[in-house]
Amino acid sequence: MNDLYNNWIGHWVVVVVAMTLLLVVVLTATAYTVWFERVALGRIQRRPGPNRVGPFGLMQLAADGIKLALKESFIPAKTDKLIYVIAPAIGVAAAFLAWSVIPIGLWYNVQYWVADVNVGILVIFAVSSLNVYAIVLGGYASNNKYSLLGGLRSAAQLISYEMALGLALVPTFMIAGSLRLRDIVEYTVHWGPYTGPIPLILLTPVGFIIYVIAATAETNRTPFDLPEAEQELIGGFLTEYSGLKFTMYYLAEYLNVITVSALATLLFFGGWYLWVVPPVLAFFVKVVLVLFLYIWLRGTFPRLRYDTLMRLGWKVLLPLAIANVVVTAIILVAVGG
Amino acid sequence: MSDEDKNPTPSPQPSPLEGRGGQPSVVSDVAALLTGLKTTLTETFRPVVTTMYPEEKTPRSERYRGRHYLRRYENGLERCIGCELCAAACPVGCILVIAAENTDENRVSPGERYAKTYEINMLRCIFCGYCEEACPVQAIVLGPEYELSDTSREKFIYTKEKLLEPLPPEVQARLGGASAGELSSTADTGGHAPPQTDAKEPK
Repeated sequence: MNDLYNNWIGHWVVVVVAMTLLLVVVLTATAYTVWFERVALGRIQRRPGPNRVGPFGLMQLAADGIKLALKESFIPAKTDKLIYVIAPAIGVAAAFLAWSVIPIGLWYNVQYWVADVNVGILVIFAVSSLNVYAIVLGGYASNNKYSLLGGLRSAAQLISYEMALGLALVPTFMIAGSLRLRDIVEYTVHWGPYTGPIPLILLTPVGFIIYVIAATAETNRTPFDLPEAEQELIGGFLTEYSGLKFTMYYLAEYLNVITVSALATLLFFGGWYLWVVPPVLAFFVKVVLVLFLYIWLRGTFPRLRYDTLMRLGWKVLLPLAIANVVVTAIILVAVGG
Repeated sequence: MSDEDKNPTPSPQPSPLEGRGGQPSVVSDVAALLTGLKTTLTETFRPVVTTMYPEEKTPRSERYRGRHYLRRYENGLERCIGCELCAAACPVGCILVIAAENTDENRVSPGERYAKTYEINMLRCIFCGYCEEACPVQAIVLGPEYELSDTSREKFIYTKEKLLEPLPPEVQARLGGASAGELSSTADTGGHAPPQTDAKEPK
């Protein structure tokens, strides 16, 4: 395997196969995330959710996909056509790129990844920031005041919460001493008789809370879905989008949700380690639970007003995140000697 | 409010932007968020209340006003005597009755006349039931069916043939059995509201 990987051609074959597999798996996962969200939201509201297409409504997304794909690909007049078409693609590309460095735990010491980058988490931050372009350019190119306002809001929101998001994870890196996602999961403690990996949430609970809030804002989900606040902005940046281009935005949103859930699993819940549970199952269960957390938040909280959103981001989360970094640093120095 | 306990002196008027009732504090705000999360989580595990409609239907009232039926006497004669009172009572004018004389060779109803044509435009009908109240011989009744969708406008003109389809048993029961009207009992008018007078004792 190593020989194959070091060979120039073999390397690319492996990477392309890995990417293709990942695309299939992540796309399927996205479809079922949408299904899971609809069912879970339904249950929160004591509805059954989709249950018509296929067993338990599992084929609902296929039906929706076909419907969206067969819709007329409509481009409104006086739009900036090139940007209008490219913007949703940027969103999907950015969302998929983040998955290139996320290791999926399959078995002990066996993980699946496309690239094992030693600054993996920075790569994720870098590419997920591109999502801003998808939304801002989409809003700008639509030539619609609601789209533009939605896009602008989104730019402000994503930039504000990106700071808190990044800083929330800094204590995790400081504890694990690495930016490689695999190293963070494999972080081992020696607590008396116990030697092994632990969920890092035990060491940085505040970081996790900030991460969850900031990541919800980053993925534009309720209660932070101001870019598409329908009461004020019709559909926000999505107003003029339909058919497959709408699907791409939709896909990107759910891909991002899975990404932040997987990231939370890796950084805070010990990735694929869970007592004696097989790693791949443990990883799956943890990701689903974090996903449920996001859906739960969506089913519970009403949307924030714009000024409260900004106040929360800049006056609460950011100082809290910085304080968390400082306190963790002090403790680390004190303990590490 | 727990916040008011801490502040026995009336706190300065909270600005409308702050939360209502007492001074907002981080603790009470976070507690409120957690209460919300707890509520939604408990709801998640309570049973679903949805009626699975096409398979499962909500019970209808005994006097539910759905599609119309024209009734017959037990001997097969039509009850309708072509008096057009239903058409006159109809607020939207969706009933068309064209009467014809009964003859000894061609006896359709017990009275002098019968309805040669009886059509109801179901797209216009508002299901008010006035036709049923107006009918002196209880010839027209409203049944329980409400799923009347179809594929063309023409199919919504219910002709006499369609209206004369046999009554569903629940309507039969409500009216107290078809035997209520014998050939001789054309005077069994039942006043203005036959369903009320004829209905069996509710369960």
